[in-house]
Amino acid sequence: MSTFLGMPAAPPRSPYGTGNLRGDRKFPAAAHDELGNDQLRRNLGRATRTIRAKRIDVTGELPDWEELRDAGSAIKTDTMNRLPELLEQLEARVTERGGTVHWARDGVEANEIVTRLVRETGSSDVIKVKSMATQEIGLNEHLEAEGITPYETDLAELIVQLAHDKPSHILVPAIHRNRDEIREIFLKEIPGVDPALDNVPAHLAAAARAYLREKFMTTKVAVSGANFGIAETGTLSVVESEGNGRMCLTLPDTLITVMGIEKVLPRYQDLEVFFQLLPRSSTGERMNPYTSLWTGVTPGDGPQDFHLVLLDNGRTAALADTVGREALNCIRCSACLNVCPVYERAGGHAYGSTYPGPIGAVLTPQLAGMHAAKDDPNSSLPYASSLCGACFDACPVKIDIPSLLVELRHQNTEQSGTTAEKLAMKAAAGVMKSPRIYTAAQKAASFSRSVGVGGRDRTISHLPAPFDGWSDSRDTAAPPKQSFRSWLASAEGAETMRAAAEEGAAHPAGSPDEGAAPTTEGPDEGAGRTDESPEGDQ
Amino acid sequence: MRIGLFATCLGDTLFPEAVKSTAVLLARLGHEVVFPPDQTCCGQMHVNTGYQREPVPLVRNFATQFGDASIDAVVMPSGSCAGSVRHQHEIVAERYGDAALRAGVATVKAKTYELSELLVDVLGVTQVGAYFPHRVTYHPTCHSLRMLRVGDKPLKLLRAVEDIDLVELPEADSCCGFGGTFAVKNAETSTAMLQDKMRNIADTKADVCSAGDSSCLMHIGGGLSRIKSGTRTLHLAQILGSTRTAPYALMEAAR
Repeated sequence: MSTFLGMPAAPPRSPYGTGNLRGDRKFPAAAHDELGNDQLRRNLGRATRTIRAKRIDVTGELPDWEELRDAGSAIKTDTMNRLPELLEQLEARVTERGGTVHWARDGVEANEIVTRLVRETGSSDVIKVKSMATQEIGLNEHLEAEGITPYETDLAELIVQLAHDKPSHILVPAIHRNRDEIREIFLKEIPGVDPALDNVPAHLAAAARAYLREKFMTTKVAVSGANFGIAETGTLSVVESEGNGRMCLTLPDTLITVMGIEKVLPRYQDLEVFFQLLPRSSTGERMNPYTSLWTGVTPGDGPQDFHLVLLDNGRTAALADTVGREALNCIRCSACLNVCPVYERAGGHAYGSTYPGPIGAVLTPQLAGMHAAKDDPNSSLPYASSLCGACFDACPVKIDIPSLLVELRHQNTEQSGTTAEKLAMKAAAGVMKSPRIYTAAQKAASFSRSVGVGGRDRTISHLPAPFDGWSDSRDTAAPPKQSFRSWLASAEGAETMRAAAEEGAAHPAGSPDEGAAPTTEGPDEGAGRTDESPEGDQ
Repeated sequence: MRIGLFATCLGDTLFPEAVKSTAVLLARLGHEVVFPPDQTCCGQMHVNTGYQREPVPLVRNFATQFGDASIDAVVMPSGSCAGSVRHQHEIVAERYGDAALRAGVATVKAKTYELSELLVDVLGVTQVGAYFPHRVTYHPTCHSLRMLRVGDKPLKLLRAVEDIDLVELPEADSCCGFGGTFAVKNAETSTAMLQDKMRNIADTKADVCSAGDSSCLMHIGGGLSRIKSGTRTLHLAQILGSTRTAPYALMEAAR
């Protein structure tokens, strides 16, 4: 006798209503407000242009950049294909070296684990290294609710925290703030700050430094994320620019690291690839100023109590999708944000998630779902792209973000039931699959012109919903008198084609240019090649 | 060479002049142009909007119309439709098609080209005997640039046009903001992108902004018309189709 255990359940997404993986409005509505913020658009335009130029310089100078991207992609793909064994290996190595590993199914569990661990130290304060994973799960909000005060120590994260704001960029969380705003925030929020503080960047940094030094020297517990975790050795790594992370990772007695399970890498040697890919792609630097590596506990040196919290929070659900799992290869460099024309105009807050920009538009719906509630704002994220492909070219691990966006759009329509849009798409396909009906529809379009559509200048300046957004800023020309196929079938078309063919027979204009070598092979193209090569490097 | 011409639904219905120019140009270069009469649409709009079941008949029809071995190459005056045929048809066929459809899709994919690819790579010509005595700037369009990797083939063709005054478009590789239904679903973000594109076009003081895709030109041209810009849009094929004996009359309406 056997017992039917049923089909394995789909892995859970990040629970609805927890963490920071869902905004309260759909993208177009949120973008509407951000687009009206001229300061934001100027800041974003300037900042993303600067980082773009630096990135192109430092990636273009490496002769093996494309090979590095291929290697990064291959290592991450291999990692995802055997994630369970690598995570167990990581757990074993960390434990052997004196650390403690905790498994968190979701953000709620991770927040509870971190809170309990902090409580056990007796401290009511923690210092924090800039971390996307803890932003994702809303750890700071949870700690505050539990009476524990988190202090962000990354300068930009500190600005965001003091302003009671949310980060708008993975790498440059306060990209939406200018120096005058930062001065105001510091004057209001930093205890004992010099009231004469001006808006000179060095002075602002010094004010933050004085404030943070005191926290570094007195706080006994730090919470960090991790850029990489090495299964082979149990080594964790954080890369950063300011050194505040180094302070947090070395000075306190207790270190708690929250790491998304997709951050594991198989071998120590893999760091060679990623320590080149990450800084060059993110800040446009050849090397980031601070790279910290630690393995468990080293007696007499650094934190003597180390905890690693491995966070799922929808990652296994993403892994279960053979197409969508490619998004888990992301190393959070933010190069895709900096090249994205949509991000550059709408800003990070419009995405409503810790992960904005192109990668956020494919990662957020997979971690948290697109249909967790009626009119789920996350269902609008895959459409927040013109599919221009700049993100794919910039990605250091060659994530085909445009194809993932198209895939998630497909998943969205499949899960959406019958909508007006779906009926319209079915109707359009119905017309277009029948050449006879299609031709009749074309004739109707041409006829619309003869009955006056478009007026005397043949220009349509107002269209009904849902096309009113289009016609708000674009004219549409009325359909022409004749479709191409009608022209081709007409006497005029036949005569024109006959005359052209005669000319082609009479003149050698069509012969190949001297020295040119026509190919006989099929169309040639490479996927996701860098935008640095002007012609594509075939 | 026997070349199958795919007009694209947008070109056939709304922008026939670009398709006419393509047909006449290829005939003038000594090639046989065939127009399978039952062709309709490649299904790009459906796939890019998230609908992959609905365009299965369209994908099948395309493979049927152009699969014939007597057609040496398939050309279309659209980078994004060529991208759809080369990148998306197999996704649709893989998911909802049968073995015959998958095979048919693979056959046409291997001989499908956007216009500048066909001219430069397959036919080996950059000098097509065109004459266009006007100031022109060229927007490379995202799918031609990053999906098909046409590189500077369109510019090579334009540089060889007699008497053309070709000026570089600043930030040329930035998206114009069209993106198909993106321009409707995210009309305001699309408009913000369009405004930047139009500002860069204005800086060139060009008479004509050209591109290899009527859809992007519909977007850019619609914006330029609304602001009463002095610059107008014209498909690459129409510039290449303009000759000394039959020059393009720039003062005419856009089509």
